[in-house]
Amino acid sequence: MESLYLPRPARLNKILPLTATEKLFEVSFDDGKSLGHQPGQFVEVSVFGVGEAPISVSSSPTRSKRSFELAIRLVGNVTSALHNMKEGSRIGIRGPFGTHFPYKELEGRDLLFVAGGIGLVPARSFINYAIDNSKKYGKITILFGSKSPSERLFTNEMSEWREKAEFLETVDKADETWRGNVGVITTLFSKISINARKTACIIVGPPIMYKFVLMECKKKEIPDSNIFMSLERRMKCGVGKCGHCQMDGVYICQKGPVFRYSEIKEIAEAL
Amino acid sequence: MKSRVILKVEFPHWIASLIKTENVIGIKAKEAGKFHFGKLRSSGELRLDYDVAVLPPKKYLQPPKEDLLSYNIASFKVTPSADFQPITIIGVHPYDMHGINQMDAVFSDENKDTNYLGRRKNVKIIGVDPVKASAWSFWHDMGTAYVDKGFDLWLTDIGDRYFIEIGTKSGENLLKPAKTESASKIDIERHKKARSGLKNICSPSRRIKTDIKKIPDIFRANHDHGLWEKRAKTCYSCGSCNLVCPTCYCFDVREDMELNLTGGRRVRVWDGCMLEEFARVGSGENFRKERSARFRHRFFRKMVYMKEKIGALACVGCGRCASACLPDIADPVTAINELSGLED
Repeated sequence: MESLYLPRPARLNKILPLTATEKLFEVSFDDGKSLGHQPGQFVEVSVFGVGEAPISVSSSPTRSKRSFELAIRLVGNVTSALHNMKEGSRIGIRGPFGTHFPYKELEGRDLLFVAGGIGLVPARSFINYAIDNSKKYGKITILFGSKSPSERLFTNEMSEWREKAEFLETVDKADETWRGNVGVITTLFSKISINARKTACIIVGPPIMYKFVLMECKKKEIPDSNIFMSLERRMKCGVGKCGHCQMDGVYICQKGPVFRYSEIKEIAEAL
Repeated sequence: MKSRVILKVEFPHWIASLIKTENVIGIKAKEAGKFHFGKLRSSGELRLDYDVAVLPPKKYLQPPKEDLLSYNIASFKVTPSADFQPITIIGVHPYDMHGINQMDAVFSDENKDTNYLGRRKNVKIIGVDPVKASAWSFWHDMGTAYVDKGFDLWLTDIGDRYFIEIGTKSGENLLKPAKTESASKIDIERHKKARSGLKNICSPSRRIKTDIKKIPDIFRANHDHGLWEKRAKTCYSCGSCNLVCPTCYCFDVREDMELNLTGGRRVRVWDGCMLEEFARVGSGENFRKERSARFRHRFFRKMVYMKEKIGALACVGCGRCASACLPDIADPVTAINELSGLED
């Protein structure tokens, strides 16, 4: 029986800056094997000597079998160690862990993505999956909100999203360069029309965002059972033991991070 | 279950012979009338007449600090730790045995925790029925006065001898150097009597006034009760209640680098949900920032969530949290009775 806590050796193939505080890391395993993840899952990234941190996988499994991408914001010890690493550096990976976006169940549906800030990181794994399998889905709409223009993520992929989906963007606070929408993400809802009965909504963002986006979903009459969200917690062990990610009795690393809204709305600590 | 008896005059010789062949941990006296589990050097140190140990025996199954991995960052060699020394623990009370059985369930559930299970496989347990109870204990009402699994041998004081239940083959092997006899009809009678007397050992003032089967529903119905806020007002968030609890198993994982900065170990250490940092994520967001939310979470874990997870209340009635809590807000007896509306 192998230890639950033993990471697999991996390397940072490519490192691309996304913003002043986020970088995109392309990772592959030393043994050449695929991560085998599904959109929405996360991994535990090890920097030996510094620690381990839970990070969402940002790439779609449709884009590469040999590697996967992690978009990481510089916030703590592990992430700052990662930001200091060079291409070729060695790390450890455990996972993939957790639930995924129900991409099979949602075939045939229209998809409405609502991503705030680095919520776009996990959402992107499903956005690109859906775009690569566009025949299987109906209309794809993406709403993305950033605090400021300088914090926008994956700007080089937006032309593809604009072309293959309806892509709307806003920033909370504009600067002199910004010509687009200004306002919180919920202000974009008045600009879209959706078929409520056919639409599944995928929400990922900072904790504060959920309540307000859910109110917009209610206005648009999207049933609670067609709303999916990915929740952030301190997923320390990833295997349902350490207790840090618990939301009431639910271990998010096991039953989440992706939840159907109707299944968690009664959980007091959820939102 | 097979059984034997051993005369008390023979008992120290058996323990002495175990100390020669096994790594024996036993219940021993400490300062100020307290007791603790520690390395047993002579049979005379063993105090089976104890009331409660300061810390439960979980410290031998999930040590306060244990290696998960060792690594060398130069060669990138990573090795899982698997150094689990065999030990024999003598003097585990039934409520603590329940605690261990719950830990067994948690760590072998779905994702098998090889560290815990590797250690557990090497631990033999000789339990004992209590003859005393601490002033804080209330296991008489938590359904934990008796235990039927998890141990290798179980002792009951029946006067001039111990009645021994044999739980496993390795328990039977532990008895090989002992001068035991088969249990007579009188021994069996006395054992039965001692067992039925167990429920009268805890103080009558420590009664749970409701049916314990109702506890999860009572707590659920009182999620927003004023008790959480009221009690948490004086909570120090010190985590003592977590530390002494036989069913608290949450842990943190840390790095322990050597001075040469190439070798290191990944270790896990006890953590506690009452500590302010427990649910804080890297970005700074704290998902259980309020003391009252942490206070309630710990109670709900014991009384609601673990019941759903493993089918047992995770409060075994040892009373350690109540006795360790400085502001005296942790007592489950008064909390359960108050939420049941049955507090005097």
